[in-house]
Amino acid sequence: MGQLKNFFASRWGIIGVGAFIGVLAPLLQKWGNPGNMGICVACFERDIAGAVGLHRAAVVQYMRPEIIGFVLGSLIAAYLFKEFRARAGSAPIVRFILGAFAMIGALVFLGCPWRALLRLAGGDGNALFGLAGLIFGIWIGTLFLKSGYNLGRSEKTHTSVGWLLPLTMLGFLVLMLIFPQINGEAKSGILFYSLKGPGAMHAPLIVSLVVGLAVGFFAQRSRFCTMGAFRDLILFRQAHLFWGLLALAVVAFLTNLIVGQFHPGFVKQPVAHTMETWNFLGMVLAGLAFALAGGCPGRQLFLAGEGDGDAAVFVLGMIVGAGFAHNFALASSPKGVGPHGIAATIIGLLVCLFIGFTMRKR
Amino acid sequence: MSTIVDARGLSCPQPVLMTMDEIKKVSKGEIEVLVDTDTSKENVSRAAESKGWQVKDVQGKGEGYAITIYKD
Repeated sequence: MGQLKNFFASRWGIIGVGAFIGVLAPLLQKWGNPGNMGICVACFERDIAGAVGLHRAAVVQYMRPEIIGFVLGSLIAAYLFKEFRARAGSAPIVRFILGAFAMIGALVFLGCPWRALLRLAGGDGNALFGLAGLIFGIWIGTLFLKSGYNLGRSEKTHTSVGWLLPLTMLGFLVLMLIFPQINGEAKSGILFYSLKGPGAMHAPLIVSLVVGLAVGFFAQRSRFCTMGAFRDLILFRQAHLFWGLLALAVVAFLTNLIVGQFHPGFVKQPVAHTMETWNFLGMVLAGLAFALAGGCPGRQLFLAGEGDGDAAVFVLGMIVGAGFAHNFALASSPKGVGPHGIAATIIGLLVCLFIGFTMRKR
Repeated sequence: MSTIVDARGLSCPQPVLMTMDEIKKVSKGEIEVLVDTDTSKENVSRAAESKGWQVKDVQGKGEGYAITIYKD
């Protein structure tokens, strides 16, 4: 196992994991997930928020098994390689707020960094503005990191603390099995389902779950992180994680070409709008929040799976943030930004700057 | 005589930032970096090697690792 352990920390290891995700995400789309949304951590957590009724946007309600799989796959990998370490206590409230605003920013753009790459790989030119925003937001984050920003130390804690988010995910899975989707019904027991829109589009449960578990497993091993990819490049001129991100984008593009899902253009792209400024600024907010919290939304799920209670709080912040985003009409739609999306983005940026400026130590 | 960088409990990218700062400060010799996750262990080792330092020793220490890096 030692050799396997080293392999995933190597350049080819991270490239392999990026390529693995790059093949499976477009295939998930082919198997039923929404357009250029084979995997989107932000969108899928938003759908989960809808499934449990934290918001009631009828078109985005589904308990996405991919997210459940990410956390549980990471948990399995962490235990198998003796890396599970329950830890918590590094400014959890800050992580919650950062998670909420990261989600709000991502929903102004309509996608997390993973989906930004998948949108580009599917030919959606609007993703370029989102990616530029993401990089700019992360760059601002590196300035704070250089000037001493940090959220303080976590502490080792009871094993059960690290188990709480994985158990929550397991509970979500059980709910899904007790209350499965009923054809033509918007509700099954206590769970909400979408009859139309992105929430109604999904691969079969077992397929989504198995892919989620596999991605969670390999991402835990390789420390795959899209925010870290740009951050390390900017901060240390280190390209290790970036190779993984590049592999994801290139392989997803090739897979889309092969399965006929590449449609270049700006207008009428699936679950996307064409307002450049807000595609950019939404992701500036998300990128800055991810950088201040130390990981992209996918990475936060994998960290939560290996026992990081602070990452778990970030995840819950994102799910609650999705509730606010839809209840307050902050989230965008294919028509453009929501009625209050612009105000929320500006407030979010101010909150992130407040956190960045006031939490420095030297 | 090695200096000690205690990055235990700190998350990405703090351990690497602290190691880099120390590398800049001492420019050669031996540094012992304390971390508590495998991710930090890999990141610190990778960063040190990219700056021309060598990883001399990695010891399991309590709940984490002590990484000794050096440069002549």
